[in-house]
Amino acid sequence: MTDAHVEAPFHELTPLHASETPYDEETLRSLHADADLVVARYPQKRSALLPLLHLIQSVDGYVTGRGVSFCAQKLELTDAEVSGVATFYTQYKRHPNGEYTVGVCTNTLCAVMGGDLIFDTLSEYLGIGHDETTPDGKVTLERVECNAACDYAPVVMANWEFIDNQTPASATQLVDDLRAGKEVRPTRGAARVCSFKHVSRVLAGFNDGLADEGVGAGGPSLEGLRLAKADGFDPYASSGEIRGDSDAESPADDMAPGLAGSTDTPANPADSKAGEKAGDK
Amino acid sequence: MSTPLTPILTRFWDEPQSWTMETYLRYEGYQALDKALTMTQEELVTATKSSGLRGRGGAGFPTGMKWGFLPKPDGGPRYLVVNADESEPGTCKDTPLMLAAPHFLIEGVAITSFAIGCHHAFIYLRGELVHVYRRLLKAVEEAYAAGHLGKDIHGTGFDLDVTVHAGAGAYICGEETALLDSLEGRRGQPRLKPPFPAVEGLYARPTVVNNVESIASVPSIVLHGADWFSAMGTEKSKGYGIFSLSGHVTRPGQYEAPLGITLRELLDMAGGMRNGAKLKFWTPGGSSTPIFTDEHLDVPLDFESVAAAGSMLGTRALQIFDESVSVVRAVSRWIDFYAHESCGKCTPCREGTFWLKQILTRLEHGQGTPEDIDKLVDICDNILGRSFCALGDGATSPVTSAVHYFREEFEAGTHSPWWEAFPPERSVLFDVPARDIKEAVSV
Repeated sequence: MTDAHVEAPFHELTPLHASETPYDEETLRSLHADADLVVARYPQKRSALLPLLHLIQSVDGYVTGRGVSFCAQKLELTDAEVSGVATFYTQYKRHPNGEYTVGVCTNTLCAVMGGDLIFDTLSEYLGIGHDETTPDGKVTLERVECNAACDYAPVVMANWEFIDNQTPASATQLVDDLRAGKEVRPTRGAARVCSFKHVSRVLAGFNDGLADEGVGAGGPSLEGLRLAKADGFDPYASSGEIRGDSDAESPADDMAPGLAGSTDTPANPADSKAGEKAGDK
Repeated sequence: MSTPLTPILTRFWDEPQSWTMETYLRYEGYQALDKALTMTQEELVTATKSSGLRGRGGAGFPTGMKWGFLPKPDGGPRYLVVNADESEPGTCKDTPLMLAAPHFLIEGVAITSFAIGCHHAFIYLRGELVHVYRRLLKAVEEAYAAGHLGKDIHGTGFDLDVTVHAGAGAYICGEETALLDSLEGRRGQPRLKPPFPAVEGLYARPTVVNNVESIASVPSIVLHGADWFSAMGTEKSKGYGIFSLSGHVTRPGQYEAPLGITLRELLDMAGGMRNGAKLKFWTPGGSSTPIFTDEHLDVPLDFESVAAAGSMLGTRALQIFDESVSVVRAVSRWIDFYAHESCGKCTPCREGTFWLKQILTRLEHGQGTPEDIDKLVDICDNILGRSFCALGDGATSPVTSAVHYFREEFEAGTHSPWWEAFPPERSVLFDVPARDIKEAVSV
């Protein structure tokens, strides 16, 4: 049962050596413009690396060699430093990803509740294994680790949107719909599952304005609240008359907490880190 | 007397647009910030200390004390970093909180930042939660527009910027120093401590790292008082927390209750075990906390009582397994997880989890050797306390506790695969056609 879980494939294409056609001028210009916005969010520019790698995936569909070089140049790092980071995190793909990542949770709880069977069903149905993509480029199948939705087990993630309480049949329908280009509505998420590139751009910190779509909470999230409401719970019964007395206390005497600006002024050189002396690299 | 539920953070999750500023304002939203801005930093730290709030991310370190560890201001920046990298197997409380009511967190960030003198706070969200990210981005935008963030907040002269940052899939980044390295654009590997983040954290500056639920609890404490908060819970584990029930229970879900509630009470609220099955084993706080059995149904779920019974309260992630589940299979899969997520920095964890995984895979297939069980325990003994961070320690928890309570199942792994005694179709939530059963066990 677990053999398939033992070895993930090692990737032949590493970002270090992958090089392809350079970005065309227009793509490069917009990448620079976006990257400047990302870098501006942080006191030190290296912090922009993770979002920039998401940004590269939003353009290339995976972390390409040219993407690595772009990040390195933008952040004054070496290609090796960027690759070292890119290969550490599972969301960064080392080969072209499908339009939809379908991730079946096969951590213990979901596996036991049906995740193993769902993964096996999809794997057989699509004819692909973990981190492989259907020939039409639509679906990349993955085993994913616990995605913080255990009360909705077994859980499948479609481009990092929740598809809750799955069965082998519903998951098969899900991949059919995704491959057929039909709209798929996550259980708790946007109105439809967006493409891998679209979602990668959101993860780079570019809001797509879809926050108001979908529900606030699903059924299991509300179980406790539902019970407590039936019992007539008043959360502040014991707190007395505390509300609205914020004027009662005078502002702090000696404290002038607002005087420092919010502009970040690092007192240490860029890229220094805890426990490291200057020039210790 | 049974312990009543206390939906405070979960209070309005059933509102149609629970995540918006408009809804939050109808539930006392941002009143605590108003109040906090009239208090001194010292008063806020003291209030949080005296509330007894302890970190909700697993370790249970007193939140106010953590703030108090920051050195005196030296004119340079100080940072608040919220750990929203919820990835511990079984843990699913921060995610629905941020999805349904992100403003609790944003208001908590504003108050905490004011209390510790921080002008740029970060929320590090795991990257596999795109809709949660959208909700947080929008909540931050709304808070800026309403003047709760940005320059000169509420006319007090206090400035605060908040950046919501998405990670990229690495459990280790929930470890606070690995999170800081990741936030600095590096591989997420833990740092040697000391120096602690309070002294040298983000960009080697004084930094407070707190869990989502801890920070989200701050507004209610400020508004309703430390006494109100500490009236709930137990003597040393004050207040309430979200308990997440998952697995073979009738109604899995989120149950917000005072610390000290028992699994027996929670199970009762959740409609008992699925189909009246018998409880076999459970985790009190995620896979890194030693498992419990039906002996522990009445252990009060607070930090001290759970520790006294041999486990840890952790993140109150109650994963419930009935008698259809092989404990060898469950533990082996958790170890697959730790081996996959071990960052590789230290040898005991990197090699140890890899060895554990090989042995457990043998035992799963009924191909274990008689020495394997003692070897498992011995390897755990060499990981626990010898690893660089808590990931390695956590990996040993399910193994040693499972061997302790269910040694005979591991012994069976020397001659029979687990699926003979525990056919997998019995533990799943749906009907399985006969054809699939055969395949499931032959993979």
